[in-house]
Amino acid sequence: MMLLKSESLPIVSEQDIVRARQVARQWAIDLNFKLIDQTKFVTAVSELARNTLIYGRGGFMLLEAVEKDLRKGLRAVFEDRGPGIPDIEEALKDGFSTGNSLGLGLPGAKRLSNEFEIISQPGEGTRVTIARWT
Amino acid sequence: MERIPILRMGDFLLVTIQVDMHDRLAMTLQDDLTRQIVASNSRGVLIDISSLEMIDSFIGRMLSNISLMSNVLAAQTVVVGMQPAVAITLVELGMSMPGVRTALNVEKGMMLLRECLDSDDSEVEDDAS
Repeated sequence: MMLLKSESLPIVSEQDIVRARQVARQWAIDLNFKLIDQTKFVTAVSELARNTLIYGRGGFMLLEAVEKDLRKGLRAVFEDRGPGIPDIEEALKDGFSTGNSLGLGLPGAKRLSNEFEIISQPGEGTRVTIARWT
Repeated sequence: MERIPILRMGDFLLVTIQVDMHDRLAMTLQDDLTRQIVASNSRGVLIDISSLEMIDSFIGRMLSNISLMSNVLAAQTVVVGMQPAVAITLVELGMSMPGVRTALNVEKGMMLLRECLDSDDSEVEDDAS
């Protein structure tokens, strides 16, 4: 896999969620993503950025434009040093929320992405990685 | 403070969301609309989201809340102009947006609101007779 471009954005305020989706949108446009793929990727980014802010108590998003087998794609890594997720399987179920939300963030972002990975260590933080290909 | 303008047109309130909303702005709109429904005795709310390029679970819930709250306040809410890519993404995300009525555009949305109003009024007449 070849890395074409990467940028790290802090996620420490609500305004950063907006910024994360705007940058994600622009990069998706630059890579010639179809509108539907842009929208899915940006929506997944928005959900995960909000999780990083609210549940992870802030962190950052690493956005990468990559190329593999002549296909271009976007990868976003969300990392926080928050309390972590004790039961990932539970957190990936629709409607599960420890906060005041619908509990669609994680499972929804997973459905909207081609690749999804989550690593969490209670007390140390969470890292969620998604990718979407053109 | 940043706010999304709410226009009053007769019995209805009109809102056009043209900015990429951060969460607090969405919450403010929800509060402003419910307050405005009561203040101006509105019977219907029309929310134009044709410029919205993305609806995530937070914004989706805000739209759903506005619809449910307006119902409790005896007003109908119609959300118009959702882009197809946004609609497809919402379904995949798993959002069902309970209570939200939709129409393809502002014109059809206004028609729907008027129809709702008329049927409400005739029900009242039926009850009276």
